[in-house]
Amino acid sequence: MVDKLPSRLIAEGERVMIVCNACRYCEQYCPVFPAIEQRVVFGKADLLYLSNLCHNCGERLYACQYAPPHEFAINVPQTLAGIRLQSYEAYCWPAFMGAAFRRNGVATSLSIAAAFALLLFVTARASNPGGFSQPSPAGDFYSVVPHAAMVTLFGAVGIYVVAALAIGLRRFRREIGLRRPMFDRAALRDVMTLRHLHTSGIDCTSAEEARSPWRRWFHHCTFYGFLLCFASTTVAAVYHTVFGWIAPYAYTSLPVVLGTIGGVGLLIGPVGLLALRRRRDPALSAGWQQGFDESFIALLLVTSLTGLALLVLRNQSVMGLLLVVHLGAVLALFVTLPYGRFVHGIYRTAALVKYAAEVSGS
Amino acid sequence: MPEQRYDVLVIGGGNAGLCAALTARHAGASVLVLDSAPRHFRGGNSRHTRNFRCAHPAPTDVLTESYPEDEFLADLNRVTEHEADQALARLLVSRSAGCPEWMRQFGVRFQSSLRGTLHLGRTNVFFLGGGKALMNSYYAAAERAGIGVEYEAEVVGLDVRNGQFTAATVRRNGGTETISAGALVSAAGGFESNIEWLREVWGSAADNFIIRGTPYNTGKILRLMLDAGAEPIGDPGQCHAIAVDARAPRFDGGIVTRLDSLPFGIVVNRHAERFYDEGEDAWPKRYAIWGRLIATQPDQIAYSIVDAKAHGAFMPSVFPPKSAGSIRELAGLLELPAERLEATVAAFNLAVRPGTFNHAVLDDCRTDGLTPPKSHWAQPIDTPPFWGYPLRPGITFTYLGLRVDASARVVMADGTAAANVYAAGEIMAGNILRKGYIAGIGMTIGTVFGRIAGEAAARHGR
Repeated sequence: MVDKLPSRLIAEGERVMIVCNACRYCEQYCPVFPAIEQRVVFGKADLLYLSNLCHNCGERLYACQYAPPHEFAINVPQTLAGIRLQSYEAYCWPAFMGAAFRRNGVATSLSIAAAFALLLFVTARASNPGGFSQPSPAGDFYSVVPHAAMVTLFGAVGIYVVAALAIGLRRFRREIGLRRPMFDRAALRDVMTLRHLHTSGIDCTSAEEARSPWRRWFHHCTFYGFLLCFASTTVAAVYHTVFGWIAPYAYTSLPVVLGTIGGVGLLIGPVGLLALRRRRDPALSAGWQQGFDESFIALLLVTSLTGLALLVLRNQSVMGLLLVVHLGAVLALFVTLPYGRFVHGIYRTAALVKYAAEVSGS
Repeated sequence: MPEQRYDVLVIGGGNAGLCAALTARHAGASVLVLDSAPRHFRGGNSRHTRNFRCAHPAPTDVLTESYPEDEFLADLNRVTEHEADQALARLLVSRSAGCPEWMRQFGVRFQSSLRGTLHLGRTNVFFLGGGKALMNSYYAAAERAGIGVEYEAEVVGLDVRNGQFTAATVRRNGGTETISAGALVSAAGGFESNIEWLREVWGSAADNFIIRGTPYNTGKILRLMLDAGAEPIGDPGQCHAIAVDARAPRFDGGIVTRLDSLPFGIVVNRHAERFYDEGEDAWPKRYAIWGRLIATQPDQIAYSIVDAKAHGAFMPSVFPPKSAGSIRELAGLLELPAERLEATVAAFNLAVRPGTFNHAVLDDCRTDGLTPPKSHWAQPIDTPPFWGYPLRPGITFTYLGLRVDASARVVMADGTAAANVYAAGEIMAGNILRKGYIAGIGMTIGTVFGRIAGEAAARHGR
């Protein structure tokens, strides 16, 4: 595996951590400091772990007596963000896809979605020319894209994505020396509650002295929205394969209710996160973080928008077109999962599991 | 030349200045704060602080057990050897108790007393994120309250006649302005970053001093007030100085440049000779004497030398130690006379008596027949790699200030109180501290007397 963590980044990370470790004024903001204080040297593995443990709030920049323009020029959020970004690239699978992280911007992700939609459109129309022109009977998606085609396509993509993410995680775990299983009660609680975005009893800041809970709440909307949509699809798959209940399902059915709530969450969350990004201090981000963050948010948003539109308009003639756009967005979302913002959740969780192990002293 | 008028003018945007400004504004006064630093370096030395000493009768969420006022006063009197103005010291101690609650209304946050690595949770509250975070909260509160704040505003003249302040001449944006006010709060700190002034006291030795805090504490306001007939207090030759790494920046290195390695080994001067008992007393009680000790050594430089037994025993240093496999090699790295250093280490090692090393207590590891002795934690320096750190005197603050009365009013040389001039913070800390220091007392002085000054100034200035 090519070492994609430039020694310059590691050296800078080490320099910053040494100043932090000699100062320690920030020690009660979040777990990053207790983790720093357990170390005397800061090698690559330590910096990878610390950078993925960091939730990228701004407290450490604004509170820092050594922040630029001080000659020590300490910017902890930005330094850790830089290393974190590189870590996503360094441990992805297949390795040559690492470059995809940098190119991952809103335009790229939307182009991928459009390409998939177009492909689906062309394929579906070739096999069923009538599918796009007439109002479909009772919102039957499978009259546009056959069920077998959907299952095959998404199944293949799903297997690839899970494999890619699992291999990335394996590489990352090995690098940071995490041997524990990923299931850990304390770490799970940290992930589910985003506890460390308000550890100090009040929310973290993304601009000097402007603390608000919104970043956390919009993340919750996005995260739980995503999970509910995933649950909706899973329930639908069980309905179909186990019980032989064929979609479309009623508005009051479990898959539709889960999907609707999840879809609304995936609408509010990404819109909120995008809005917050506009007000976010650029000094807290590093390198190509912006396009990379917004690309994932944009795909989530297109997915939820088209999904909800599909629900409302499923008996209209526009349904066929909406369906291919929606499926195109979902496919693009899944294909880019291992090469985009999504991976932060995986590596962050691994870092939190390691932190939980360090805290418990094992 | 535009002229502006406020009820209260506060000079100095550190902790004391902001406490005065917020209090005066709360009392209904129009307030302007002038800070000579750019916005990034606002807050004076408060930027580098971390905690606040606070009397309290019972445990709180940020303080453990209790810290009775009498005990606080006794602690203060012990370090200052009873030289503090007792009335002001008592006032300070009794007013300290209500401060954390007062601070919270401005968004100030504290560390929880149950966590963290320091063991001062009983006597001191710690600002979450340190003094810069504290100042950020105060500045945000000042903005919400409609307090004017001007950065990079240097006061070059004060119109004070017979203790009556009328206006300040301020250099800002390349021009000069006159700002008049009904009352003045001087909260502009000491003169520790004024090398010229330090030279008056210390001679050319001052050129080798490192200033731990802001380069903006030039003592300008102190000088202007003394010239205007204010009564000085405190010895101009006294300053709080510790041993810092000689590689520290000249100014503003703050907390990270300190070195806690000294009691774990020996300290030698540039002739490779020891000059003081490194194990005299517990380190927290002794670290503040080392600045002065090094200041009186040739070229104001010294070297802390430890062996491998001490690695990891003290707070990590920000600059890496010079590391060597032998004392001779270390002498080369530190540019010390090698044979002399070997002889010093050998003599020290020979004088070390057997004992049980325990850094947490005054242990029985000492030297015998050595001058100066090492009274505790003496262990032979014999295990490579040997580490060496170059040390310089690092000045934290100066003690010379303005005498004040119990309402923080500046006292003039003739013994009368100035009509409308108040002082708070480091500029008047000499009323309480003429020597010595206890952790967090500077911020207590700034907060308590900032509030007193702000309230009195608002009453007078409106």
